[in-house]
Formats: sequence, structure tokens, C-alpha cells
Amino acid sequence: MGAPAQAQNNTQPGEAEASARRRRGAVLAWGVAIAAFVVFWQFGKPLAAWAFKYPKAYAIPAQAWISSGMKWLLNEATFGLFTFLDLTRFTAAMIDIPYKLALSLLSTGFLQGQGSGAVQLLPPVSWIAVIAIVALLGWHAGGRRLALLVAGCFAFLAMFGQWDSAMVTLASILVAVPIGVVLGLLLGIVAYRWPALERAIIPLLDLMQTIPVFAYLVPILFLFGFGPTAAVVATLIYALPPMTRVTILALRQVPSEVIDLGNMVGCTPRQMTWRVMVPSAKDSLMVGVNQVIMLSLNMVIIASMIGAGGLGFDVLAALRRLDIGAGLEAGMAIVALAIALDRLSQAYAYRIAKPHHETAANKGFVARHPYTVGALAFVAVTMAIGLAVPAVQDYPDGLKVSTGPFFSDVVGWINVNFFDVLEGMKNALLLNVMVPAKRLLLDLPWFGVVVLLAFAGYRLGGWRLAATIGALSFLIAATRQWEKAMITVYLCGSSVVLAALIGIPIGVLVAERDRAWRVVQVIIDTLQTLPSFVYLMPAVMLFRVGDFTAMIAVVAYAVAPAIRYTVLGLKGVDPRLIEAGKAMGCTPWQLLSRIRLKLAFPEIMLGLNQTIMFALSMLVITALVGTRDLGQEVYIALTKADTGRGLVAGLAVAFIGIIADRLISAGARRVRQSLGLA
Amino acid sequence: MSESEAKLVCRDVWKVFGDGAAQFLRSHAGKATHDALVEAGLVGAVRAANMEVRTGEIFVIMGLSGSGKSTLVRCLSRLIEPTAGEILFKGENLLAASDKRMIEIRRHQMGMVFQHFALLPHLDVLHNVAFPLDVQGVARDKREARARQMIELVGLAGKEGFFPRELSGGQQQRVGIARSLAVEPELWFLDEPFSALDPLIRREMQDEFSRLQSVLKKTIVFITHDFDEAIRLADRIAIMKDGEIVQVGKPEEIVLAPATDYVAEFTRNVPKAKVVRVRSVMKPATGRMPRDSVSPLATIADAAPLFTGRVTRLKVVDDSGRELGVLERADVVDVMMRG
Repeated sequence: MGAPAQAQNNTQPGEAEASARRRRGAVLAWGVAIAAFVVFWQFGKPLAAWAFKYPKAYAIPAQAWISSGMKWLLNEATFGLFTFLDLTRFTAAMIDIPYKLALSLLSTGFLQGQGSGAVQLLPPVSWIAVIAIVALLGWHAGGRRLALLVAGCFAFLAMFGQWDSAMVTLASILVAVPIGVVLGLLLGIVAYRWPALERAIIPLLDLMQTIPVFAYLVPILFLFGFGPTAAVVATLIYALPPMTRVTILALRQVPSEVIDLGNMVGCTPRQMTWRVMVPSAKDSLMVGVNQVIMLSLNMVIIASMIGAGGLGFDVLAALRRLDIGAGLEAGMAIVALAIALDRLSQAYAYRIAKPHHETAANKGFVARHPYTVGALAFVAVTMAIGLAVPAVQDYPDGLKVSTGPFFSDVVGWINVNFFDVLEGMKNALLLNVMVPAKRLLLDLPWFGVVVLLAFAGYRLGGWRLAATIGALSFLIAATRQWEKAMITVYLCGSSVVLAALIGIPIGVLVAERDRAWRVVQVIIDTLQTLPSFVYLMPAVMLFRVGDFTAMIAVVAYAVAPAIRYTVLGLKGVDPRLIEAGKAMGCTPWQLLSRIRLKLAFPEIMLGLNQTIMFALSMLVITALVGTRDLGQEVYIALTKADTGRGLVAGLAVAFIGIIADRLISAGARRVRQSLGLA
Repeated sequence: MSESEAKLVCRDVWKVFGDGAAQFLRSHAGKATHDALVEAGLVGAVRAANMEVRTGEIFVIMGLSGSGKSTLVRCLSRLIEPTAGEILFKGENLLAASDKRMIEIRRHQMGMVFQHFALLPHLDVLHNVAFPLDVQGVARDKREARARQMIELVGLAGKEGFFPRELSGGQQQRVGIARSLAVEPELWFLDEPFSALDPLIRREMQDEFSRLQSVLKKTIVFITHDFDEAIRLADRIAIMKDGEIVQVGKPEEIVLAPATDYVAEFTRNVPKAKVVRVRSVMKPATGRMPRDSVSPLATIADAAPLFTGRVTRLKVVDDSGRELGVLERADVVDVMMRG
């Protein structure tokens, strides 16, 4: 990195001229490319119809390939002693064991017999005991305030009658999280130790994170069967990549001296991994665990579509009935659960183990494990009392509060009084902005877009990027997903623009006001912990179904990174530069536009990148409220259990995400270089 | 001091970073110059290093950052694989040792102290110090007893249950020292052990280190970028520049006869009287022996106050009472006048 920086520092007059010439060259190249594109678009149709609509005869039958591949996996793939299907079903059975245990503990109790003839041998852990346990965990991890918060969240679940569903959801999470953490950790360690493997794993992780979850629900259904275990498998696929990435990163950050130490005391490779590296990286790894928990929650909610049950199913059912009140209640229960789990796991991540300066060895068991003993005591006592007093075992129905009717009334009132306003807003935006944008995008020749994207890739990152982007965008056309992809781009694009228009100004406003930023930070942190499903309810409530509703939900979900990165970027600007600007007599506006925003630009671009990724993942969920894009295609494939169709459309969404990501990252890198920040 | 046997010998050791480094060295028959390496796009972190560390001595490798001293010390323990050369530890070529053999050697015969302490954050002081023994599979009672002993030795008794983050830098490095001594190493590497400490603490730790060594008598390879520290602690010093060892010698040899301008640059501001020892300037015993005596190992600065009143000559007598020579007032003044 030293050499280019040096070259920049001693810029000679000749070099300055050369760089100006380069800049003129770039503008010229872009101008020519865009002009050619427009000409081709306007006048090319009669000459090259194939460039506007991909010819059917040359389409790649990827759907058929994938479907037949799936069939082969299901019917023929075998390892000799057992078939592939045996393997997956065996896996499902193995996952089912801990799941049944968790479910029995939290929800059903331990039963003997089947169905309605079952006899309960032992009741589930009572609601009081569960609240006590999470409160103790909170106390252990973060003190009294956290204990009160998580106990409050769980009490909320009981009070609003969401307890049973919430416990089913919690059971899935309790099973999925440990498996996800362990698998992600192992994969990360393997990738760290063998860099060749890392190069193979990283693109796979990219795909796993960008393919919409609906797309792989179908093959999972086939392979693992309908039900909670399949949901756990889907959750694993979804939550594994971040844990693996965090692990690789955390292991890389272990100081080289600590590795030297491990070698010098003669650690074997295994001791090195488990006794030196992993414990040293523990703090960073806990951040990964937190992510796994939150993503698992998000996915368990979505996986209610393949039989995970729980809170997600309640939201889904309410959406289908358009029962706003019930949906909102279940949604708020998800929020409560999400906040409790997030704060709890974060507290564990940042917790500093309390030093025990006197040796505890001579103290009794109770004194050494006060929390464990306390929790066990609560379980035993409430179970004993619960046998006599039902209210202790199950939260009494009489004390339940239902806000469902209230919210239905509120929504009714809003719709009666503000219908015209809301409808006017919606129609104005739809007619003047969204529909024209959609028409324009649909009208563009696919061939021209592919070439233009490849050109952008070449300008920003060279031949390799151009080839990647050209190939990916061509594949979208060749699998005949172009039109739906364009609708996805239009929906995603308009949401991102709106999110940026809202998020960046907020970011600019709060970046300099520490107290405001703290408030905003809490809000966007909470927004980010909420499962994407939750965003649908209020949007549907106000705007019913359609593109506009989808856009509102997407914006609500995706605005957080736009704000966060803007603030981080602005705060990251070297204060000496701002001082220098002030010393030169810049007005606040000049300071902002000439110095702060300019230097924060790369960071803001990365925020935009995140916003796009968030928007794409949310967009697929909004298929539930009736869009017509790739997300809908994936969703239809899910309802028809069509593996090929779902995966092809899902891959197209992934490709859009990857194209956007690569272009923006390359662009941000460029800008950073030219600003001398890299 | 008697010249004892070599514990660690380093013969023509090279560490060159970059693609095709080993091949480049072979084709240049070990005569690759700095410029030739740069031309081939390689970085010669250590070039043709030759030295031997004798049993029981403190051998200091001194150099500025980027001089290759840290790379060299890591080559000596094979934490970094040298590109070429031979490293003999008690006559055994380490570069030919299997991984298993290396683990064995490091577990039982080497200890290392690190610049930034490298304490394990999840273990308290006791378990950090016991860690090397734990790795070897020593029984719990035995390793904890040994760890307590070491903690006592470095003056941290009572802090066994503290975690590294609760200790000051000086205390953390004491833990690092205790840990490296827990296995009773024959060869003790210290990689800039005091560089990350405040000047006052550094001074205190240097004294502490001298005290420890007077008890333990280890064979030590000590890395530093601080010439004063090297002078204070070393029996012998190797000075490195750009990957090469430019001079090896006792502190006074280096101070009195710097081999290159580069070395002279370091020695210029060192008060000679504080480095030069009596044995280096004493004359053979002739004529009548003076009454008052001085140790041959005392520095000139230590000896100077003994020339009180009319004393012009001192008798140089070693620990066993042998008369080695005489120290003249004029020679002492001469050394002190040279600054």
C-alpha cells in the first residue's frame, strides 16, 4: 500500500495532468456507453428482437435440471449401505430428540401414549419458573436491570395469552442455536486452518446468505419431512454463515504472540485450537452467538410455513385471515421474545466474569452455584405447588389481557378517518413514481443491461469483476427470470431510494448530537432484532396488499443500516480535518457538503449496500402481501412444492444481491482510494 | 568469565520472505546481497546470521524495529521456519527435528516471554502460569504447586485469582515471566519483555530480572531495541541492522571499539565509565601492591570513588582472592574523560 500513497504524495505537474486526462477519459467512456445503450434501446428492437426478449429456444432449462436432480437425490442417491434419503431422515430423527425434550419441558409436558389418549406424566416447567429462570440469567449476565427487562418481556408473553406459542418457538430456538453455533464454529475453524477450504467455503456462504429462505424450504421439506425438525434444518442453513464468518474473523484477530505462546509451550494442534485460539477469541465469538440467536428467531418465525408452529404460525394465520388484531398481538410477542433474547445474549457477550479472588473450593455446592440452585429450586417448588394450584402451573385465563380487539378498533378508526389521506399518498406515489419506474425497467433490453452492467464492473474492478457480473446477469436472462427480476429490481430499488432518503438525513442530523444518536441507536438496534415477519402487519393494516405495502414494509426493515452507516461514516471523519475546515472559515453547510459527507461517502455506500441486502431479504417475505416479483415466484414454488422453480428464482434473487454487492464494494474501494483513505 | 560451552549455535541462518526465496538463496550460494534480494522482489528479514549462545550467559540481540531481531529469535525457536541455515540446540539440529520432537523440546527445554505478555484472557494468574504444565499433562496438584512457587518467585503471591485485565502492565509481565519459568527451561527467550512498560516500571523490572538471573543462572536470549537496556543486562550483545548481525561482543568491547559507524552511533552517548569494567583497564601487577582493593568486575564508575585522598592505585582482587593486577588513577580519569 506504501507505493501508491507515496506516488500520490509527490504528485508532479505532469501526473496531475495525466490524472485529469484519466478522469476525462472515464467520463467520456461512460457517456459513450450510456449513449450506445440508449440508442440500442430506442432503435434496436426491429433489428435484434432477441436482445429484448430472451428467445425461448435458447433458454437454459435449469428448473428441469434442478427438479430432476432433486428427484435423483430422493429416489436414487445412495452411499451403498444407506440412501441419501435415509441419511437426511436419520438426521431429522436425531434433531427430533432434543427438540422433543425441549418441547416437553417448555410446552407439552412429558407424555405417555399418543394423541388425545396421552397421559401427562410430568407437567412442563411452569410459567413462573420460566420467568424466574430468565430473570436469574439476566441477573447473572447483566445485573438487576437486565433481570427486570427479560422477566418483563416474558411476563408480557404470559399476560397477553401468547405463552404457549412463544414456548413452542423458544423450543425450536433452544435446539437450533447450539447446533448452529457448534457447526458454525467447526466450519470456521476448519476454514481458518486450511485456507484452500476457506476459498471454497466463502462463495457458498455468500449464496447461503443471499438466497431467499423460501427457496430452500421446498428441498428441505422433501428431504427432512414436514414439521419442526425441517424448520430447525432451515434455521441452521440460515444462521450458519454469520457464525462461520465471525469465527474465521475472530480466530484471525487472535494476537500472533498468543499463537507463538501456544507453540512455545508445546501445544499440539488440537490443544492450540481448543485451549488457546478459541478461548482467546471468546469475546468476538459471542457476538456470533448473538447473531445466531437472532437469525434463528427470524427463521423459526418464517419456518412456520413448513410446520414449525409457534408465534410465526399465529402471524401467518392472522395474515391469511386479515385479522389485524391477532396478528399484531403475535407480532408484539415476537418483539418481546426478540428483545429478551437479544439483550440476554449481548449481556453474555460483553459480560466480564466476576473475579473470585478467594478460592471457592472450600465453600459448599450452593454457595458455588447460587444461580443454578436457585433455578432448580424454582422449578421444583412451582411444580409441586402447581399440582395443587393450577394458576401456578398455567397462567390463569381470567388474568389474560387481549389487545386484539383494541388494535382492530384502532386500525378501523384510522382507516375510517384517514383512508383518503393514506390512499392519496399511496396512489400519488404509485402513479407518479413507482409505475413509471416499473414500466421503464421492464422495457429495457436484457442484452443491453447485461453489457452495461459488465461495463460498470470493468470500470470499477477490472476484467474479472466484469466477467462475474456479466455471467450472473446473463444467467438471470437465460433462465427466463428477466421480467420478474426487473420487478424485483424496481421494488428493491424504490425501497432503497426511499430508505436512503429517510435514513441518510436522519443519520446526518443525529451524527453530531450524541444524545439523539443514543436514542436513535436503541431504536434501530431494536428494529434490527425484529424478525422480518413482524414488519408486514402494520403495513398491511394501513395500506392493504400490493406493491406499495411491500415497499413500506421493506423500507421499515431496511432503513436501519442506512442510518447506522451514515452516522458511523460521519463520526469516523478525522476531527483534525473538520478543525482545519473551521479554521479556513467554512460555513456549517460547507463543512457538511465539502468535508464530512465527502469523506464519509465510502462508508455511506457500504450502508447502502447493506440496505440493499436487507431489502432483498425482506422483499421475498413481502410475497405474502401480493407482489409479482421473483419473491412471488419463490413463494408460489413453495406452495406448489416445486423445487426447481423455487431454487431458480431464489438464485436469481441471490445473483441480484451479489451483483449489487460486488459493484458497490468495488465502487466504495475506488472512492476510498481516491480520497486517500485506503 | 570462563568461556563455557555453547548451548545454542546459529550457523548462516537466513529468513527471506517472498516467492521462490529458498531457490533464490540456493542459486546465489548463500551470498545474496541486500540489493540482489530487493531486485528479486524478496525481503531478507534475517541474512547470514552466525552466533552462539553460551551456557549461563545473557545474550542480548539489539536492533531497531525492522532490523530482524524478532524474526531471528523466532527462527531460533523455529516459530518461524528459517529459509536456510542450521540451528544447533545442545548439538541437535532443530531444523531437522520432526514436529513431534519440536513439541517435546519446547515443552521441556524452552521458555519464552513476550513483548505484549500474551497472557490468556480467560485464565486467572494461577492457571496462566500453570498452563504450560497443563498442556504437558502434569497432574493438577503438582502443576498448581509449581505455579504457586513461580508466582511467589516473581513477587505476585496473593494475586493467584486475578485475571490478566485486572493487573498492571508490570504485573502482567511478571505473570509472563513466571509462566515461562514454570517448566524450568534450559533456554530462556525474552522478546522485548520490558518495551511495553513505562520507563520507571521498566527500570524496576530490569533490576528484578537481574535478581532472578543471579538465582536461576539460565541461558538467556534477550531481545531489545534499547541500547541502554542491552548494556545494563548483557553478558554479550549482538547488534543487528537490516537483517544482518553487524557486531557481537561484550558491552565494553562494543562501547570501546564499535565495529561500524552504525554501532558507534549507539555508543556515542553511553557514559563509558558505567560500562567499562576494571579488568579491561587494569595493568599487570608490578612493584609494591597497594593496600585497597577492587573487584575486576566493578565498573570504572563504581571504582572511581575509591580513589580518595592520596590513593592513586588500587589492587584488583577477584572473588577467590587472587591478585590480578592494579588499577591506576590516571587510567580511571582517562576513561571518565572520554565521556
